[in-house]
Amino acid sequence: MVATRVDKQPEGSGEPQGGAPEDRVWAALAEVPDPAIPAVSVVDLGMVHSVELDGERLRVALLPTFVGCPALDLIRQAVAARLAGMAADVQVEMTFAEPWTSERITADGRRKLRESGFAPPRSVACPYCGSRDTRLENPFGPTRCRAIFWCNHCRQPFEQFKAI
Amino acid sequence: MTMETAERLDQRTRAALADLLLAMADDEFVLGFWDSEWTGIAPVLEEDVAFASLAQDEIGHAQALYQLLTDVQGGDPDVVAFGRRPEEYRHARLLDHPRTDWAFSVARRFLYDTADAARLDALVASAYQPLAGVVAKMRREETYHLLHMHAWMERLANGGEEPRSRLLAALERLWPDARCVLAGVDDAPLVAAGVLAEPLAAVERRWLDGLAPVLDRLGLPHPRTAPPAGGCRGPERSDDFRWLWEQFTMVYRSDPEASW
Repeated sequence: MVATRVDKQPEGSGEPQGGAPEDRVWAALAEVPDPAIPAVSVVDLGMVHSVELDGERLRVALLPTFVGCPALDLIRQAVAARLAGMAADVQVEMTFAEPWTSERITADGRRKLRESGFAPPRSVACPYCGSRDTRLENPFGPTRCRAIFWCNHCRQPFEQFKAI
Repeated sequence: MTMETAERLDQRTRAALADLLLAMADDEFVLGFWDSEWTGIAPVLEEDVAFASLAQDEIGHAQALYQLLTDVQGGDPDVVAFGRRPEEYRHARLLDHPRTDWAFSVARRFLYDTADAARLDALVASAYQPLAGVVAKMRREETYHLLHMHAWMERLANGGEEPRSRLLAALERLWPDARCVLAGVDDAPLVAAGVLAEPLAAVERRWLDGLAPVLDRLGLPHPRTAPPAGGCRGPERSDDFRWLWEQFTMVYRSDPEASW
């Protein structure tokens, strides 16, 4: 039997030990951090396109956040390393089957972004003081997924996870 | 009818698809390397970061397109990217010019990005699914490029005498070669197979129609010259491109067998 779940997080991320085998995979994925913003996982970012568990064969397809993101291979390897042993045959691949968009970031992911000093996509509120008196400094920031803003209220720069 | 692989395409169509992918990949790849030349020396720090990001996007797009190409015809994307002689590259002649001054780089990017956007529009519903998927993703990123380039065109066009005269000089030099971006590929079989939504001539008309109001608003010239009759995508290459090729293949040529 092939169990496929697309675009969904398990209801309440259970312990990797408990629940259905597929839920254990999702829980394990939720432990793989984004290399550039470790506070959020690949599940928080909505990068997981599909999880297919078929007996001893586990296939996970991930969506690249940006085509040219240099961390893609690192992320793929980290996911493969975390899932190793969960099936005899584990395959992790990147896919363009659908475009990743920042709308895929979960509510949890947006909260974690804010807590670690990043304005979530489409928010211009300063993650430090909450003021909306901010301006875009540069749509291009230190990594492909981040833009630079300036807060006029607390007078310091902050980064926004870009809407794309 | 959509397709996941190119296996059912006849030989001419498959060759045309491979050439389109190579032309697009080389366009993005070469522009990415020219833009990376601004790293550390852009007029302001923000543009240093912006052009490094733009370059990274384009080289990433090239990487994805080289991968699609080798899915169609076999081979290794890295070897395609770095293992060819300068005259084997298929980028449009617009990308043969060096970065020159800031106005020139902005004008070139503006012309390329807007032409490329028209090309991507004609591919986003491609019957060749792997290409449609990559194009859908590329377009989202290109939106930021377009916004940025429109902002800079405005700034230079309305920025006083020197920026404006430099911009006009750049457009004068670039216009004929810009019209090579939507040329030089055997498009008829691609249109017939549904890979490309319309002939490149129609894509070019759409591109120029879209540009007209922007150029008018900024008081900038429309293209006067017809596209060059031939040689839009090589094999003749400028000395400037040969210099760039020396740079970007230097590490690869030092040890083509090395694993990365």
